[in-house]
Amino acid sequence: MDILYFAWVRERIGLPRETIQTEAATVADLVAELCAREDRYAVAFADITALRVALDQELTDFDAPLAGVREVAFFPPMTGG
Amino acid sequence: MAVRIQEAAFGAGAELDRFTADAPGAGAVVSFTGVVRDVDGGLRHMLIEHYPGMTERAITALVSEAVARWNLTDALVIHRFGQLAPGDPIMMVATASAHRADAFAAADFLMDYLKSRAPFWKKEVTADGADWVAAKDADEAALNRW
Repeated sequence: MDILYFAWVRERIGLPRETIQTEAATVADLVAELCAREDRYAVAFADITALRVALDQELTDFDAPLAGVREVAFFPPMTGG
Repeated sequence: MAVRIQEAAFGAGAELDRFTADAPGAGAVVSFTGVVRDVDGGLRHMLIEHYPGMTERAITALVSEAVARWNLTDALVIHRFGQLAPGDPIMMVATASAHRADAFAAADFLMDYLKSRAPFWKKEVTADGADWVAAKDADEAALNRW
């Protein structure tokens, strides 16, 4: 599964994307798994209410299941326009 | 209908002239141009990051929704990414319709949704350092109007 990070999430984690093997059932499970790996993830995901998540480029929420998903993206609230 | 996500600068006047010339049957053309605002202490530049792929997809979906909800003959969204200077146009929305009410409403709708549903992030670089622009609660609340 490809995981992408944008804006300050990317800066805190220190990379724009990575490919990982995971059995996580939901986005929240994936976040917990990443946070357990290294501090930089725990720092980036300290407050998930400050974050947004997209699965295969569609905005969703942290309870969403990951079955069949190829691309997960984490980022702060968007500031377009 | 056109959605353009680009690093290159664009001329809002020339874009509007072209859009209007290509909109026969429209009695009303509404446009909005977003410009990089200077900040206290002086903005050196603004960096705009986006999510290639999702950006085009999200904005195309918004334009399709606008077309479904209002009577538009055409719509255009241009949004830049990369490094921009104070005064540079960041983005532009234009809508064309037989009458002005639909053109105004659709442009307003597109702007509200572009603010908080198009995957762009802005970083302001000043002499004091660089800071990500925080999303405003008011921008999220504005979506409830629609």
